[in-house]
Amino acid sequence: MLIRFFFMLREGGLKVSLTEFLTLLEVLHSRIAGYSVDEFYYLSRACLVKDESLYDRFDRVFSEHFKGVQDLFGDETAEIPEDWLRRHFERLMSEEEKALVESLGGWEELMETLRKRLEEQEKRHEGGNKWIGTGGTSPFGAHGYNPEGIRMGQDGSRHRRAVKVWDKREFRNLDDTVELGTRNLKVALRRLRRFAREGAADELDLPDTIESTARNAGLLDIKMVPERHNAVKVLLFLDAGGSMDDHVRVCEELFSAARGEFKHLEYFYFHNCVYEGVWKDNLRRHSERTPLMDVLHKYSSDYKLILVGDATMSPYEIHYPGGSVEHWNEEAGAAWMKRLLDTYPKAIWLNPEPVNRWEYTPSIRMMSELMAERMYPLTVSGLEEGMRSLR
Amino acid sequence: MTDKRFTGTDRYVATQDLMTAVNAAVTLGRPILIKGEPGTGKTQLAEEIARGLDRPLLQWHVKSTTKAQQGLYEYDAVARLRDSQLGDERVHDIANYIVKGPLWEAFEQDVQPVLLIDEIDKADIEFPNDLLRELDRMEFYVYETHQTIVAKNRPIIVITSNNEKELPDAFLRRCFFHYIRFPDAETMREIVDVHYPNLKKELLDEALHAFFDLREVPGLKKKPSTSELLDWLKLLLAEDVSPEVLAGDDRRKSLPPLHGALLKNEQDVHLFERLIFLNQREGR
Repeated sequence: MLIRFFFMLREGGLKVSLTEFLTLLEVLHSRIAGYSVDEFYYLSRACLVKDESLYDRFDRVFSEHFKGVQDLFGDETAEIPEDWLRRHFERLMSEEEKALVESLGGWEELMETLRKRLEEQEKRHEGGNKWIGTGGTSPFGAHGYNPEGIRMGQDGSRHRRAVKVWDKREFRNLDDTVELGTRNLKVALRRLRRFAREGAADELDLPDTIESTARNAGLLDIKMVPERHNAVKVLLFLDAGGSMDDHVRVCEELFSAARGEFKHLEYFYFHNCVYEGVWKDNLRRHSERTPLMDVLHKYSSDYKLILVGDATMSPYEIHYPGGSVEHWNEEAGAAWMKRLLDTYPKAIWLNPEPVNRWEYTPSIRMMSELMAERMYPLTVSGLEEGMRSLR
Repeated sequence: MTDKRFTGTDRYVATQDLMTAVNAAVTLGRPILIKGEPGTGKTQLAEEIARGLDRPLLQWHVKSTTKAQQGLYEYDAVARLRDSQLGDERVHDIANYIVKGPLWEAFEQDVQPVLLIDEIDKADIEFPNDLLRELDRMEFYVYETHQTIVAKNRPIIVITSNNEKELPDAFLRRCFFHYIRFPDAETMREIVDVHYPNLKKELLDEALHAFFDLREVPGLKKKPSTSELLDWLKLLLAEDVSPEVLAGDDRRKSLPPLHGALLKNEQDVHLFERLIFLNQREGR
């Protein structure tokens, strides 16, 4: 009976290993659990699931296997957390948009509509209980409504209903199916490590001390060296806004992984293509720009350049002066790209768009040509390949 | 190995699922990994297991510079070098310069001890991988003295993580896992009861109300947690705030008294003030 449960868990997308399963059997054998289903549920969860974001999936399989009581998606709609919805608006809307919402009948009405829409969508895709696509013509689409980047907050206390624990599926909002975790990214970024000793000598160099002491006829001769650290310098340019909204999450992860991995990391934002100015703070992008020339002069050419963007834009934005969507650019984006690449010979472009779409988007091809084909998909393998070419 | 079971203590309220997970780990002598929101009592759990089961507690607080080797032992070569200069007799035995780490200490205890490895996610990304064999077999080899240290009693190892780094699968497979959920209102009342048994009932009701309301505020950067609630209650008691002040409509229209104990982030306070402002306008 449990063997079937084991395989069902694996089919359900939980990577339960044999050792973990044996552990569960061992626990059961040792009789520490009583004979209640609840306790068995807690036990098997502690043994088999090692990530709270997978609790929900476990709950579903458990419920299916042990034929809980109700059907799985019974009271799904009742539990869409309201604060999650509200938070989106808090984050995504400007003052004018808020005013617009008021004119449409206010928060309550809008929430109601959105909730209905969510309901409909759930009925259409089974399991797609979290993802709300952009709503096309709906008032939500206009705001780049993009749930991927947000992790829902812990829902408040639900009233204890007469539902089994696993059927409550309380951990639903922790489930995320991101393949590319920060850990993977970090491990990939590590390929770029170059350890070097620089700066103040504050670490005891044991082998050298011993050798010098021996040479010194046993009189202690202490040798110090500077601490070893990653000496790679990285200049990170991130595309912000527009079509990149769909990739916010993966970019955030890349950014946090890069920050943790490189001591010398400088980052700037651009929009679609690099022009004469870049910025460090997206909120003040219009007031606080850094001229690209300053960047080129300030950071020496031993910096490795990593550009992150979907390179999806109109070809004019790359090849014509004045092509930028945001401002009047005296010189074409391609000219600035060339300057950038001339200064930093070690450069790559990471593209979050899936590779199979690249050839259908002219601007991606053009950008890739500008980069001398050093454009890589923003996946773990793409990142590894990119890092290899940066070395 | 043990017939005692952990059921929480007079200072610590453990939920059913937490107890089950802990008891499984204790019985099988395997590490248990605890995750959860900050302030839900992850670190305290180890102390309370030690107290509840009456075992010695050893602690290993992990920092970003901690190496796995430090948990086992360190060879103090510098001290030995110095002793050799001074002609100290101790210098002839290398064992004098092996400094035991918390894991070694735990392995040597005569009673099964509780070992807390706190905030394992703070360390380097390879740190957990370096402890695989040690946690699995509960033994390790000391190269300097050529001896193998085997645990007399498999310690109860409690590992906490704040999720700052993901842990490797191989490591996770060797642990039990429990995620401490944020307590619901009922559990919270039990927790507060345990800490402040003499709290006036109305004050507690109102305070809990205000607290859960505050947690519901959308978009807070750092939601107040259990430990913050306890601090706040302590302050309310000390200041002798009456339940009436906490209650009523004005909760939605003003910051709760002594909010500094609950909101630890100026953006959050700011957001909250803005929401209050909106509420006031709506109310008019």
